[in-house]
Order: sequence, then C-alpha cells, then structure tokens
Amino acid sequence: MDIVFQQVGYRYAADTPFETKALEDVNIHIQSGSFTALVGHTGSGKSTILLHMNGLLKPTTGSVLIGDTKVERHTKGKVLRELRSKVGIVFQFPEHQLFEETVEKDIMFGPMNFGMDEERARQKAHELVALLGLPEDVLQKSPFDLSGGQMRRVAIAGVLAFEPEVLILDEPTAGLDPRGQKEIMNLFLRLHKEQNLTTILVTHSMEDAARYADDIVVMNAGTTVAQASPEEVFSTNIALDNGLELPQAYQFQRQLEEKLGRSLGEVCLTEEQFVRAYSRLLKEGISHA
Amino acid sequence: MAIVQGERVNFSYDEEGPRVLHDVSFTIDRGKWIAIVGHNGSGKSTLAKLMIGLYLPTEGSLKMFGEDYTEQNVWNIRERIGVVFQNPDNQFVGTTVQDDVAFSLENRGVPYEEMRERVMEVLRQVSMEQFLDAEPHHLSGGQKQRVAIAGAIALHPELLILDEATSMLDPQGREDVMRTVTELKETTDVTVISITHDLEEVLLADEVLVMNEGKLLFQTTPEEMFRHGKKLEEIGLDLPFTLRLANLLEREEINVAHELTEEKLVEQLWTLYFNK
Repeated sequence: MDIVFQQVGYRYAADTPFETKALEDVNIHIQSGSFTALVGHTGSGKSTILLHMNGLLKPTTGSVLIGDTKVERHTKGKVLRELRSKVGIVFQFPEHQLFEETVEKDIMFGPMNFGMDEERARQKAHELVALLGLPEDVLQKSPFDLSGGQMRRVAIAGVLAFEPEVLILDEPTAGLDPRGQKEIMNLFLRLHKEQNLTTILVTHSMEDAARYADDIVVMNAGTTVAQASPEEVFSTNIALDNGLELPQAYQFQRQLEEKLGRSLGEVCLTEEQFVRAYSRLLKEGISHA
Repeated sequence: MAIVQGERVNFSYDEEGPRVLHDVSFTIDRGKWIAIVGHNGSGKSTLAKLMIGLYLPTEGSLKMFGEDYTEQNVWNIRERIGVVFQNPDNQFVGTTVQDDVAFSLENRGVPYEEMRERVMEVLRQVSMEQFLDAEPHHLSGGQKQRVAIAGAIALHPELLILDEATSMLDPQGREDVMRTVTELKETTDVTVISITHDLEEVLLADEVLVMNEGKLLFQTTPEEMFRHGKKLEEIGLDLPFTLRLANLLEREEINVAHELTEEKLVEQLWTLYFNK
C-alpha cells in the first residue's frame, strides 16, 4: 500500500483556545513495499505523523491517502476501522500495553477484534511465538512473568497477528540491550522481506536509519524537510542542517578521506560497506588515485 | 574505604529457582564512578536490588558502608543511597518539580527554610532551576530524569545508583543526564554506580564490572575492558566503533592494532595505504 501525505496540516485542539500547531505542509510519498525511516528531533512531529497513518488522527487540512483509503478532516469512523486492520503500529514500549491473562490470549486479542475466528487466531499465536524466537511454553504463561525482552516480542506478535500490510515501528528497540536491539531489527528486516510489508521505522538512531531504510523522511519543526535515499540524506547538507548525526562509519570515512586526500568512491553508511570500500582501495593500489 | 564490598555473593529469587548470582566478589571504593554492564538477565539489576536491600544474599555477604543489611539497619543504610530508575514516568510523586524534589526532604523532617534552600541547590546542580513550578508530565524524558537525580541527591547520599537511567531517553536527553552526573562528580565526592548498556556511559566510568550469566567476568578500567573485544562480543555486549571496524578489517586480512581512538585508526589506515 502506498501512503501519500498531501499538504497535511494538523492542529491539536483545533478551534479552541488551546489550539497548537503540530504539523504544517507535510508531503510524503511512501512506496508500497519500501522500508522508510522517519527521523527528526523530539518534538519535530514524528509521532503526530505516525498517528495519521492509521487514522488515529485525521488531518486538519490536506489529505492522507493509505492504499485506496483517503482520510481527510471529515472522514467517517467506519472507514478508519477498516484501515486499522491493515496498518499495524508497534508503539514505543509496546509491552506496557499487554493486559491478558496469558500470552496466547494477548496475541489473539487483536486478530479476533478484527473478526478472525478463534481457531485461526490461536494458530496464528502459535506460529508467531515460534517466529519471534520465544519458547512455546510462554503461550500459557502470564505476559507479566516474562523478561523485558520477551514481553517486547509478545507485544510485537500481538500486532503481527492481524496480518497488517503496513507495519509502523516507533523506536522499537528503545531500552533493549545491544544484542536484543540487533535481534529485533533483523527480525523486522526479515518480516519486511518475507511478508512483503511496507515498513516505517521512527527512530533516533541514524545507524539504524542508514542500515535498514531504502528511504528517509526528515522532519523538522512540524514539517517534512526532505525525503531521499540514506546516501543523499547523509552525504549532502540535509542531515547536518537538521541537527541529525551522521552514521559513525560515514563520519570515519570522511576523516580518512581528508587524511588520504582522495575519495573512497562511494558513500559508506555501515561498517561493512566501509571495510569493503577500503579493501578495494588497497587492492587497486595507489596508481589509480 | 570500600562503599560496597561483595564476598562470594550468591542469590536466587526463590528456593528452588535458578541461581541468578554466583560467587560474586568485588569492592567499590568511595568517590569512584563504576559502570556495571552485562546483557539482559546477566544479574546486574539483581545486584543493584541487593545493594539497596530489597533482597538479601542467599549465601555470602554484601557489605554496604561496612555493614551487612539487617532489619535494624536497613533504613539507616538506605538513607545514604540515592537511586534513579529506568522509566522517567514512574518516579514522580509531586505535582510540580519543586514539590517532587521536596518530597523526600519533607519525609525526613527537614525544616522548611532548609528544605527550600536544598531544593534550589539541587535543582541548580541539575540545571532545572528554571522549572520549579513546571508539572512533571510537561517535561521531556531527559528533564524528568534530571529532576529524579535532584530528588535522589537532595538527601546528600554517599552513593548514587543509576539503574539504566538513560536507556529510555532520546540522544539529547541522554547527553544532558550524563553531563549532569559528570558535573556532580566534579563538585562532590559522591560514589556513582551506573548500570548501563551505553558505551559512552561506560567510557565515563573509572571502573567497569562486567557481568555474565550471574557471574562477575571481570572488574577493570573501561580501556582495559575493551581489550577483551572478542569475549565481550560473545556475551552479547556492544563494542566501540573502532574495535568493530578493526574486527571487520581483520576478516578481510587487513591487520590493524586495536586502537580506541578514531584518530589513531585513521593514522593506521593511511599508513597501510601509502605503504602498499
């Protein structure tokens, strides 16, 4: 499903004395099947955008097109409900939303709420527990007896269970240890490819944006300032002008290039990319400089 | 003098349950900044719970300020410790920033005038004096954690424990909190124990305790710790950028010394290129 924001503006508490402008002139085009990172400082409007993507908020001005569904200021609730079964959001610290007696029931809640029959939902819960690398016996346990990392996985399973076409991840690795972070991100990348998802990652980590995304949307002060490939965002002034850090590998590349007095011939956004480029440089030798 | 001294500390949450700490022995000296690292489930948070007397060791001894916890001394020992937890939203009791910081002082019966002074003093220390009457839920995560630190240091503790206090913050909040702790270390002789996954935080500490599967793997300086690169990776910890890069280069048969600074690594790669 393509997601298109056209001149979207949003004001919290519109037409009241408490009116606050949150978004203005937001234009985004997310291609179906792409992995897009949404980046920008705290308060730049990332979360407000995310809430527009499954109709939790309706734009005050402009329109949001999600697949065939157009959401505008006066769009009716019924349309939005259908949308929500297609767009899954994993909110920040999703484990805070666990509530059922058992892990199995918790995972089954979402799909059954959207009309999936009980048997199929149960089967789905069993599949997802395996897919997320959790031992099968957690299904009958209380979600509150699990470790933090396991609770996070159960909460994610609860979103995947209703088989969304679009998966939105709001800082999905916050608070996990480094190994847990890597595992969860690799899992999302795998799901993205295997299930042909459209994935949107909201993140403060430029390393993750550079490593996983095909496309980066940069937000600043409530508006979209750029949508471009990671190479372009980091190698031009887009990142620096908007107060975003450069990925460590690219910072390091620039230091080395300055010292060598020559370019490595490509923009290296990950350590692996850098090592490949440098190793090629050594093999080519100095004559090609 | 040792602020914390563990001797063969063993612990399990229930009698039949698995042992989460095995023979952990270590000493933390007054005035030091100590980082405790380890993957989730390595026992580092359990160790913190024992330090604040929420549990007692199943075997062995854990002395705080030279004493093992007993029912009689638990409150006296705790008075000397301040703790900041992970979630900035779970630690507020007051309806304004100054009420929140005053809460613990009021509890200890500190006289009103002195209380006012101390609240101002600690809020200045964490650079939050502009927010006296702000409501906690209007603050950013980093600001909330700095108020939590102010509340913890208002009682002038000898030991400040930060239990993953920055892990839920954005990069700016993380930096602000760490700068606050650094300044606090410069102006007072408080001992700091930070339980963390963050490499930047580890590098700020004087010493690191590395925990793995309930055991203390080693206690050393951050620089020394990162010399055990392979071992750290094996137990699921992150390595600094330059070491990750050195490991990847080695796989391509490009051998470089494992230097911690980027400048030195750039230097080496430059030399390799021109000696080709």
